[in-house]
Amino acid sequence: MLKRTSYDAVVVGAGVVGAACAYYAAKAGLRVAVVDRGPVAGGTTGAGEGNLLVSDKEPGPELDLALLSTTLWRDLAAEFGDRVEYEPKGGLVVATAPAGLDALHGFAAGQLAAGVDAVAVAADDLRELEPHLADGLPGGVLYPQDAQVQPALAAAHLLRASGADRYLGEAVTALRRGPGGAITGVVTERRELAAPAVVNAAGTWGGAVAELAGVRLPVLPRRGFVLVTEPLPRIVRRKVYAADYVADVASGSADLQSSAVVEGTPAGPVLIGASRERVGFDRTLSPEVLHRLAAQAAALFPVLRTVAVQRAYRGFRPYLPDHLPAIGRDARVPGLYQACGHEGAGIGLAPATGLLIARQLVGEKPEFDLSPFRPERFDEEE
Amino acid sequence: MDPLDLVGAEPGPARTILFDGRPVPALPGQTLAAALWADGVLAWRTTRTGGRPRGAFCGIGQCFDCLATVNGRPNQRLCLLPAEHGDAVTTQEGHGHGDLAV
Amino acid sequence: MATSRSEAGPIRYDLAVIGAGPAGLAAADAAAALGLRVALLDAGARLGGQYYRHPAPELGAARPEKLHHGWRTFDRLRERLAAAPLVDHLPEHHVWAAERGEHWTLHATRGPERADRATVTARGLLLATGAYERQLPFPGWTLPGVVTAGGAQAMLKSGLVLPGRRIVVAGSGPLLLAVASSLAAAGARVPAIVEATGYLGYGRGLPVLAGNPAKLAEGAEHAARLLRHGVRLRRRAAVVEAHGTDRITAVTVARLDARWKPVPGSGRRIACDALAIGHGLVPQIDLAVELGAATVTTADGTAALRVDAQQRTSVPGLWAAGETCGVGGADLALAEGVLAAHSVAGKPAPARELTVRRRRRGFAALMAAAHAPGPDWTGWVTDDTDVCRCEEVPARAVREAVTELGAADARTVKLLTRAGMGWCQGRMCGPAVACLSGGPLGGPDSRPLSCPVPLAQLAEPDEPFVQ
Repeated sequence: MLKRTSYDAVVVGAGVVGAACAYYAAKAGLRVAVVDRGPVAGGTTGAGEGNLLVSDKEPGPELDLALLSTTLWRDLAAEFGDRVEYEPKGGLVVATAPAGLDALHGFAAGQLAAGVDAVAVAADDLRELEPHLADGLPGGVLYPQDAQVQPALAAAHLLRASGADRYLGEAVTALRRGPGGAITGVVTERRELAAPAVVNAAGTWGGAVAELAGVRLPVLPRRGFVLVTEPLPRIVRRKVYAADYVADVASGSADLQSSAVVEGTPAGPVLIGASRERVGFDRTLSPEVLHRLAAQAAALFPVLRTVAVQRAYRGFRPYLPDHLPAIGRDARVPGLYQACGHEGAGIGLAPATGLLIARQLVGEKPEFDLSPFRPERFDEEE
Repeated sequence: MDPLDLVGAEPGPARTILFDGRPVPALPGQTLAAALWADGVLAWRTTRTGGRPRGAFCGIGQCFDCLATVNGRPNQRLCLLPAEHGDAVTTQEGHGHGDLAV
Repeated sequence: MATSRSEAGPIRYDLAVIGAGPAGLAAADAAAALGLRVALLDAGARLGGQYYRHPAPELGAARPEKLHHGWRTFDRLRERLAAAPLVDHLPEHHVWAAERGEHWTLHATRGPERADRATVTARGLLLATGAYERQLPFPGWTLPGVVTAGGAQAMLKSGLVLPGRRIVVAGSGPLLLAVASSLAAAGARVPAIVEATGYLGYGRGLPVLAGNPAKLAEGAEHAARLLRHGVRLRRRAAVVEAHGTDRITAVTVARLDARWKPVPGSGRRIACDALAIGHGLVPQIDLAVELGAATVTTADGTAALRVDAQQRTSVPGLWAAGETCGVGGADLALAEGVLAAHSVAGKPAPARELTVRRRRRGFAALMAAAHAPGPDWTGWVTDDTDVCRCEEVPARAVREAVTELGAADARTVKLLTRAGMGWCQGRMCGPAVACLSGGPLGGPDSRPLSCPVPLAQLAEPDEPFVQ
């Protein structure tokens, strides 16, 4: 007989999204448990750069989510202080060709109308913002709302502050359903957790958890590599990336896309992303991807040619076919809530996701319309 | 007995390297770390956070504790670098890239 | 043998051997004798690896064998390889990734300054990358003058220097006797060898010992030399603190109980100007782990590659020999190198090497079990002790990550504290962090890049292959 404990909600997944769900649900007065087959931040969170971006999002539901998250991260940073390495440093998107600059300005104009702070930066002013930038770049756009956290610390501190019971290193083996089909709890390898609500925050592995409830959620892995340099003084002040990145993020292609995203960290190393490939869960190191990232980063910041890459890591972004996460009550299974599929934006979008889920869990009206994120939307297409 | 006696070493004349500007002899074939050890110097960098002195630890290029600035290039492993006449070793502070800070 | 600088463009070899220590030398020699074209890559400037590490020719050492066991074997291998037209020695090649495709592509950075790069292609790959030393932190272990036992020996063997005049040798494992014996022979005073185990573990393996007379003789030779120099062996004891401000001036040695917990009140101070310390060896298997090769946990809690009777790993086309398959010493490595070469060439295994491997693997298992760290060694790690030397992460931070933030394994501790994220990529602190996190021991560490690579070299496009 497995040990049985009762909760108001069980969150599956101890990444940053699961931690944020637990944090806001507990804040709303619920008794919460978090279950993960691995440790805290053991999946995509631990392999992320900690981007809190509005700059790469076009006007629409994801941008709304990002703008809400921007405010929430500011509050969380006040609560957690330096412990999560929150840096409201802003992002600088640079065009690499004159034609790209026009496109970038057009993109920014749309964002501005949607409530994003965006400031055009002339070619001559780029160096003032980032003294190590390459010669000859035609210009860029500064996004003061972009920020960064250390993702594993963010997840761990959110989880601790939630006060939720942690069942880590325990895989969920089944979801319990009542006579009417409603969720009644979670079964792990070691225990049973009774709860009328289960939040699927299993990220890239969210499809498998949904399947335990008998529903389809087509989350696919999209692999990314990050290069990490030796420790350096601050040589890159903001998050700096080439405008091509936005097109890469939006691309649905399975082929490799890469565009340099370069940023410093409080600990010293410079992080260089971001590549995107749909190759399943293949962990094989790709020297070709590392080469492209290095070349693109060096093109933006030639000074990086003088430093060493100390390590590299890879992760699998949870990708849904329309690039939007699944957030909210799953109409197909009473008591099941989805909070996954954030692709590369999970760190940034976590607080808004957590808050919106908590609103639904306690029966309050969410801050805005969640229908673009409804989990069952992929069934409707077929 | 010393190590040279033990193996019957008859090296050629010593070269001179500079450690923080001070001349230090180096036998041909020795690494910079070996030459500094032979001179009684055990530390040639200070750490990034605590400012603590460090020198060679593993002696085989694995631990990266023996980093120092050599001829103006930071983060060189002295346990691997052969000592060449005139090499200038400078005690490295922290990451050794202070000049790049913006 | 040609000493190539691999500048003429990549050449496709039948076999690339990474590591020119005993296993790699024996493999390259045997493979060439069987008609294979071999690339022998090594991070060092000279053949020999760590075991046969020796002074540069410019030092004019007339009797390098004074610091070595089995020097004649090395001399013979070196001569044979020098005369082997099928073997290219690629010195100062540090391979940072092995890429698998229709053939192997090895990506290397070259020279101590990593000044340029090289790409080498081959049909088969043999990993003979040896091992590095396991360290267990203690208060004061970051002081100048505290060096690894193997490091003291390496600096002596290659540079003919000592870190001090009065050197305590401490830790655990058979290497300590060899190190103390070399240091004493080279003129250092060794006030004590401090060995954490009681060596009693050997008693249970008498039949294995009897089958390895050469090992016993080697041990007896060290013991005789140590006796001659008046060096005292303290068993069941550990250096629990190194004293000094800017360099070491003394150590405190305490008795240990059976679980390696320091016995309160047993501390005794020994003055010294250097400490050479190590707790056995850790197989260096990053390249294979990155390729997904299966590993086993050895009796002393380190991860080694799993190989079959032909030295084949679980990855097709990848062989391993020597310490990468579990630490076992030079004779075992030599035998496994020969066996691997025969497998690569599709030839039956020679009987002599099969016998040596069987005996020495047994001996290695015995030694590993005897010198496995006791579970309570962490008792001497104070909260202020820096566990990670590179990132200066104190034990307190590691313990808080476990108790406060729910970390239960080395990887999570690393993500939350930076322990293991520095220049050495956790080679110095990895085993300690694993213990302090309470996680499983013997899981292989992941290092997608096996060494730092200049960004400028990564940014260059690959050279086209020359068939």
